[in-house]
Amino acid sequence: MRTLLYLLEKEFKQIFRNKAILPLIFVMPVIQLLILSYAIDYEIKNLKLYVIDYDQSTVTRLLVNKFTASHYFILAGMSFDQDDAKEAIRHEEADLCLIIPQDFEKNLLKDGHSEIQVLVNAIDGTKAGLASNYANKIIFDFNKDLLQYYGIKGNLSISPEFRNINIEHSNWYNPDLNYKNFMVPGILVLLVTMIGSFLASMNIVREKEIGTIEQINVTPIRKYQFILGKTIPFWIIGMFEMAFGLFIAKIVFSIPMVGSLIVLFAFTAVFLLVVLGLGLFISTITETQQQAMFISWFFLVVFILMSGLFTPIENMPKWAQNITLFNPIRYFIEVTRLVLLKGAGFAEIRLHFVVMIISAVLINALAIFRYRKTV
Amino acid sequence: MRRFRAFVKKEFYHILRDWRTLIILIGMPIMQIMLFGFAITNEIKYANIAILDLSKDHYTQEISNKILASDYFILYKNLNNRKEIHQVFKEGKIKEVIVFEKDFARKLDKEHTASIQVISDATDPNTGTLLLNYTQAITGKFQVELNKHLEVPLQISIEQKMLYNPELKGVYLFVPGLITIILMLISAMMTSISITREKELGTMEILLVTPMHPAQIVIAKVIPYLILAFIDAIIVLTLGYFVFKVPIHGSLILLLMETILFIITALSLGIFISTKTNSQQAALLASLMGLMLPVIILSGFIFPVANMPMILQILSDFIPATWFILIIKGIMLKGSDLTMIWKETAILIGFTLLFTALSIKNYKIRLD
Repeated sequence: MRTLLYLLEKEFKQIFRNKAILPLIFVMPVIQLLILSYAIDYEIKNLKLYVIDYDQSTVTRLLVNKFTASHYFILAGMSFDQDDAKEAIRHEEADLCLIIPQDFEKNLLKDGHSEIQVLVNAIDGTKAGLASNYANKIIFDFNKDLLQYYGIKGNLSISPEFRNINIEHSNWYNPDLNYKNFMVPGILVLLVTMIGSFLASMNIVREKEIGTIEQINVTPIRKYQFILGKTIPFWIIGMFEMAFGLFIAKIVFSIPMVGSLIVLFAFTAVFLLVVLGLGLFISTITETQQQAMFISWFFLVVFILMSGLFTPIENMPKWAQNITLFNPIRYFIEVTRLVLLKGAGFAEIRLHFVVMIISAVLINALAIFRYRKTV
Repeated sequence: MRRFRAFVKKEFYHILRDWRTLIILIGMPIMQIMLFGFAITNEIKYANIAILDLSKDHYTQEISNKILASDYFILYKNLNNRKEIHQVFKEGKIKEVIVFEKDFARKLDKEHTASIQVISDATDPNTGTLLLNYTQAITGKFQVELNKHLEVPLQISIEQKMLYNPELKGVYLFVPGLITIILMLISAMMTSISITREKELGTMEILLVTPMHPAQIVIAKVIPYLILAFIDAIIVLTLGYFVFKVPIHGSLILLLMETILFIITALSLGIFISTKTNSQQAALLASLMGLMLPVIILSGFIFPVANMPMILQILSDFIPATWFILIIKGIMLKGSDLTMIWKETAILIGFTLLFTALSIKNYKIRLD
């Protein structure tokens, strides 16, 4: 026990005397949390609308107004030449182009039906999908308006036989559709993971590279003591960052915290053991810090992109979903959402706990096993 | 010149004998593009939902079948009462609950209007909204069928055309983004670490007392990384083109030239980071924490820049990756030529000059 305390003292001194790293550990994550949380927003506003109106009638003016009155679209330009529209899309000056043919109103009143063309800049698939959704919604509403508008003027009305299915919609757990509720905990998870795994993975290998590991190897320190001595300081830093990040999430972003924070911190504690264990394991199989950071970078990018934070896991094909079962970040992000937003307790996330505990035991055992005291 | 070549050779040996790093350097882009291309999409398929059917009649049965027959939804569970809704959401397995009101068929036939309640798990607002839209589209279609025999006056329909990416494939956007991230990693991070490594190990002093000019030492150091980064870019482009059919509409030569330009920009950034730090750990954390998330998030790789608050849009202008993504998207997907992307190119050159100037200013020949 005393040996361990000395080891801990040594590690803490090494961390805190390094003036270049301290701000990177403590200030950078906070700044990133603040900045990045504002950056991520899937709700798309101010899509640039380009209008080509060959008809120039009352209906078309109403239609264009309907588009610009919604907060989704702003009018970026108008013209009478389709080539202008294509040029505008090409130069990213328009996201969506509305082409209204000649005699639009005439055909509408005569045949009861008319068509407009919509061109969408689809390079960004997500954005294009949303833009086309919005356009459809607006036209759908406009069709209803139209009936009212002409119904009064021209005795057109819906038959009383018309059967209507009404859709009521409610957004649970996040009624304002606030993206920050979704993203802030996720980004916090990423930051905590990144700091933890990088510090841990570069740590032992650094001693190897500088040669100080041999001095430790000749002392009577046991393997597990050494690994513990390397784990505990970063574990404490990780827990601290999590707490501090949640504090910021609460104060700055007013993220709701419905569930019990004790559950969340208990999970964080186990999760950090997994991340640190992984870092230590990488540390034991590599020779230089460059290698270590490279391997952990590789895993982190895969973990982050497959964590369900940026793209939902449900969207992935089955085999990819199965891969995510081995992704600790995925579990952590799920747990933060379940606990913070939905108020889940131990009972609902017990499976997550079991998976995390098993992973923690496995990976740390592997790290201790791989660590050789002999060169 | 011969001395210079010997130096480049030394750096190559350093990289080539470290097979672990090399495997990852070559394997990573391949694996990542596979993941991106096959696994990561924003399209929603097979979302788990629960249905609470309080009416259980032929209409609700038919609508449920229609919803579940689409590719978007899979039935996770049939619920029996409203109390179960909260519980099933808390388990975190489903994204949406569809509730049919009591006496649905009777109301629809007699009163001509009946209600469906759609409850979304809005913790992920994007998915929630998209699923709602799909649900609405399916019930809307059902409603049209239901009223087929009636004439509905005045309908405007839309004919839609998706330009440049008709199937809305995510990979179109990911290939440019991935190239950017990998180039940034190899060029900026690897250089900054490899230079600080020499400082940390003390071998930098040995290099500095040689008759080589410091600039030559640094250039010799970055050349292998330039080549490696370039090879990786080509791997990603080839895979993107042949496996995922991401088109290259513009000139390939121009694309490669711009790629080299961006690699040089990133290298100069890496050199700059290395002049400011003394340990590999600091260099790594600075380039990783400082570059990784901002590049992924702020460069428009996943999240459209136009959507961000003004201040962040300005901030993203200061990230070289933002401009490079614009350039390569332009060339690959829209067939832009130099006249259309000269501004972005000029900005990248500007960044390169700036980083180089700053590095020269900060460069210390003596280690203390």
